[in-house]
Amino acid sequence: MGERLRRIAPPLVFGVAFLALWEGLVWVFALKPYFLAAPSKIFGEFVKNSGRVWDAATVSGTNAFVGLIAGTVLGIAMSFILSRYRFLGEIVTPLAIALNSIPIFVLVAVLNNMYSITSETPRRIMVTLVVYFIVLVNVAKGLTQVRGTHIELMRSYAASEFEILRKVRVPNARPYLFTALKIAAPAAVITAFVSEYFGGSQNGLGSRITSNIANSRNATAWAYVLGACMLGLGFYIISVALESATQKGGSGTDSSKIHT
Amino acid sequence: MTDHASAVLVSGVSKIFNDGTPKRVEALVGVDLRVEHGEFVSLIGPSGCGKSTLLRLIANLLEPTSGEISVNGKSASQSRLDQDYGMAFQQSGLFDWRTVAKNIELPLELKGWDKAKRAQRACEMLELVKLPEFADLYPWQLSGGMQQRIAIARALAAHPQLLLMDEPFGALDEMTREYMQGELLRICAETKTTVVFVTHSIPEAVYLSNRVVVMSPRPGRITEVIPVNLGSDRTEDTRNADDFFHGITAVREALRGTHADHASAGAVRGIEDR
Repeated sequence: MGERLRRIAPPLVFGVAFLALWEGLVWVFALKPYFLAAPSKIFGEFVKNSGRVWDAATVSGTNAFVGLIAGTVLGIAMSFILSRYRFLGEIVTPLAIALNSIPIFVLVAVLNNMYSITSETPRRIMVTLVVYFIVLVNVAKGLTQVRGTHIELMRSYAASEFEILRKVRVPNARPYLFTALKIAAPAAVITAFVSEYFGGSQNGLGSRITSNIANSRNATAWAYVLGACMLGLGFYIISVALESATQKGGSGTDSSKIHT
Repeated sequence: MTDHASAVLVSGVSKIFNDGTPKRVEALVGVDLRVEHGEFVSLIGPSGCGKSTLLRLIANLLEPTSGEISVNGKSASQSRLDQDYGMAFQQSGLFDWRTVAKNIELPLELKGWDKAKRAQRACEMLELVKLPEFADLYPWQLSGGMQQRIAIARALAAHPQLLLMDEPFGALDEMTREYMQGELLRICAETKTTVVFVTHSIPEAVYLSNRVVVMSPRPGRITEVIPVNLGSDRTEDTRNADDFFHGITAVREALRGTHADHASAGAVRGIEDR
């Protein structure tokens, strides 16, 4: 218990001190709300608008979630195909690099033109694309970067390619998948917000932030930022929890080693 | 039937990598080797002499460029398909995501054994390597020496008659290494396993083997086969026996011969290069 407290206390104290400093600065220098809103005011707005923040978070969160699932499924599927047929990798990689080097959000504008103005589909496709590349790159690495000894060993057992895939490559790729998800989950949320800046329905957290800023309701905008922050954090926590729930074995630290 | 055939028979084997390209390497030329059942044979030589290549040819992880290899009277590829041999490497090659017991069960899984039979055999193997209490731990929780014992248990799980080992103790400290050598001899005696053992260490080769095969590089070939007369009952005292030192001297001189060869060959090549 004391151990736990000692671990949690320093960041907690730092966080509270940071908020206190912020609050103090706003009071001491009598900063106008349109310049910088006080944390207490932001929290007040957050409570007052909690229903609307929740609704907006549901819209953005659903987009992020649908895209995250679709991107992960597609990414995993493609990584299997690429690891099986290496020559495809050589064909696809340059295109993937090219796609990744353009500011990928402009694709939302293009996608918006393909669907009706109130459709959430372009945003979800955008999230899917971002997640897809993260998952593809990592899982493909996990499937192909297998230790030479393991492959020789499996061959000495006369194992088929499928057995090597099932018993070596897939388990080897598992931690890579969770690494990808830990990166992709917050990225999905951010992509969902940013996608809202390119038109379409004004119902998500991203569009609420811009519209409140446009109307000089800074504290309210910050309340939505707080909602966005919590949504991103929630996605990250779920991806970490998913990892530890499915963890078995994995790599340990030396301190747990037994010596003879 | 297989009783009459040698455990390993290598005749006229050559292995050339990257043939027909500028990177062509003659890894092995004209290698003949016969290993009888129950024998412990070490392959020793400087790096690049092709000893690991020879082991992988016997394991059918590589195909010879020319020549014939048979294991237990069958072709090398057939005996690989039949899982006639077990193999251990310098890296234990254990799977971090499998428990110790599940690691040992892996070759049995691939042979299609049922679960109960696999678990029972894993248990027996852990008894054999004297680590029965570690069945449910993960490999990364064990020390290097223990991991290597698990790897040996796995290699022997299907009760192969032949064990192929590629510098299995190369990454261990000297104390652990000597302990592992003793354990290996005990296990092989108990299971009546034939061993082909690749090593860099002269004392290790002499202590373990009935015969030490000395190899030389460029091109890799067998230069000498040295019999070791230490009897079948080797203990820690064996390391102080006169015959042990005689064996070490004999192997060292044979290796020096390959270096002398190598040096003169190098000089000749040096002239050609200029």
